[in-house]
Amino acid sequence: MAVATSRSSVTFGEAGAVLALSAGLLLCIYVAANAADSVMTFHALLAAAAAVGGVAAIFSRYASGTRDLRAEIDGKPNYNWGPVKFATIAAVVWGVVGFLAGNILAWQLAFPALNLDLPWTNFGRLRPFHTSVVIFAFGGNALIASSFYVVQKTCRARLAGDMAPWFVVLGYNFFILVAGTGYLFGVTQSKEYAEPEWYADLWLTIVWVAYLLVFLATLWKRKEPHIYVANWFYLAFIVTIAMLHLGNNATLPVSWLGTKSYIAWAGVQDAMFQWWYGHNAVGFFLTAGFLAMMYYFVPKRAERPVYSYRLSIIHFWALIFIYIWAGPHHLHYTSLPDWAQTLGMTFSIMLWMPSWGGMINGLMTLSGAWDKLRTDPVLRMLVVSVAFYGMSTFEGPLMSIKAVNSLSHYTDWTVGHVHSGALGWVGFVSFGTLYCMVPWLWNKKQLYSLKLVNWHFWIATLGIVLYITAMWVAGILQGLMWRAYTGLGFLEYSFIETVEAMHPFYVIRAIGGLLFVIGSVIMAYNLWMTVRHGEAEVPAAARPALQPAE
Amino acid sequence: METYSTFAAFAQTWGLVYFVAIFLGIVAYALWPTNRARFDDAANIPFRED
Repeated sequence: MAVATSRSSVTFGEAGAVLALSAGLLLCIYVAANAADSVMTFHALLAAAAAVGGVAAIFSRYASGTRDLRAEIDGKPNYNWGPVKFATIAAVVWGVVGFLAGNILAWQLAFPALNLDLPWTNFGRLRPFHTSVVIFAFGGNALIASSFYVVQKTCRARLAGDMAPWFVVLGYNFFILVAGTGYLFGVTQSKEYAEPEWYADLWLTIVWVAYLLVFLATLWKRKEPHIYVANWFYLAFIVTIAMLHLGNNATLPVSWLGTKSYIAWAGVQDAMFQWWYGHNAVGFFLTAGFLAMMYYFVPKRAERPVYSYRLSIIHFWALIFIYIWAGPHHLHYTSLPDWAQTLGMTFSIMLWMPSWGGMINGLMTLSGAWDKLRTDPVLRMLVVSVAFYGMSTFEGPLMSIKAVNSLSHYTDWTVGHVHSGALGWVGFVSFGTLYCMVPWLWNKKQLYSLKLVNWHFWIATLGIVLYITAMWVAGILQGLMWRAYTGLGFLEYSFIETVEAMHPFYVIRAIGGLLFVIGSVIMAYNLWMTVRHGEAEVPAAARPALQPAE
Repeated sequence: METYSTFAAFAQTWGLVYFVAIFLGIVAYALWPTNRARFDDAANIPFRED
């Protein structure tokens, strides 16, 4: 039956996509031939290759006759797992690449000669590569994969559209490719976490609108009357990132055929726009999106509903209301008006409440099932991620207090804080999600090896602890050295003396980071073996009915 | 500057009242006793599979 429908005629979406890709191909060839600089030529050729690849993929999928676009089969939703699987694999691959790039940077900071004196491996170029790959490529793919998984399961409806979800997943990864290679060739907007240039930004805007429409249309088709809380968090993440992206990337290119552009905002307004964007990238990309994972995968794995659904509603709205105002704490003691700095600080401190409300909700979901932490390393990973969330959302407001910030700002304490959130919270909750999702997506009974998950958990945890403790000590030492005066009122230390003092901590940090990378490689191996050699899950209907003993 | 002051004054007073009122409304909605059964049911959505 499935074969009969799959042989249906070419859909409107397929024809439209082929036409759009062909038009795109022509545009790319024109740009490549007339580009103002060599990186634009390279990116136009890359896009041309992607367009050809897209057309080829559409034809080969049609020819293979494997597509089945029905919304339901025998009264059950015909879930669309293809794009979810792609984004899942992409998350794992980009994760290993991004962590490795970060670790190379950590070793470069301890031993600067490791930049090999090459422009492409210079710290300034590799650093945005690392941050973008871990946040947007690893985190972004994990978010897209899990959001498309969760929205289908909790709405009990097939993902809306056929070409659109594929466009979101492939288009997003193409954006990463353009952004990442751009950095290595020296193309950047020089805005932290918003480094991609104008043409990559425009492309991402199109992809993101498609993402929003697919998500909304799937919610629209839902069989479940209530929209589960995880979907609220995913939706807030998608909508807010769209708004931030447009605001902070209001640029005008020097030439429509060149890579360089200038931002519309000037001076302190630009700084405020940048940190309104930057901090809410933390709040809505790295927090709201991953909280959505927490609200689905922790209950699912613990096999008990979330501790308090009512708290989750208050958590959601309180977080949304407060987070958006916290950005100015990145600009303490700058030319930003004092009232704006105080506003940022006040809202950051108020964030303690929703953050801890959410953490308590996640942790207490385990109440009555704490013994599972002993036997299930995946659940342990998820729970420890929530604990790290609590820790870093305690530390963040503390650091936003002006007096504390005067010591911590511009030091490695900030780097340590970011990584306790990024490695401990975002990293671990994503690993937990991937460990849950891969066997479910590929119809496997369980993971290839829970023992390897256990190894991953302990190696990575040790790595994080080394990382953040080294950065606490380094940051506070650095801050104190910078503000030390002699009896005569001169600065006590030259800058290079503070750099030398950092060396041992940089080595410890690099070792911690290396452990984290090793953990991620173990995960990649484990997930690969699960997909390739895991024992298939037998559907309930196909299982032989048990006979009572006679 | 005139326009700025007017907007700022409006935002700092009525904006605050507006946000606080909406938020209190949400809290009331979340904690309203008759909604309890509905939310308890919603918490079980992840376990309703087909």
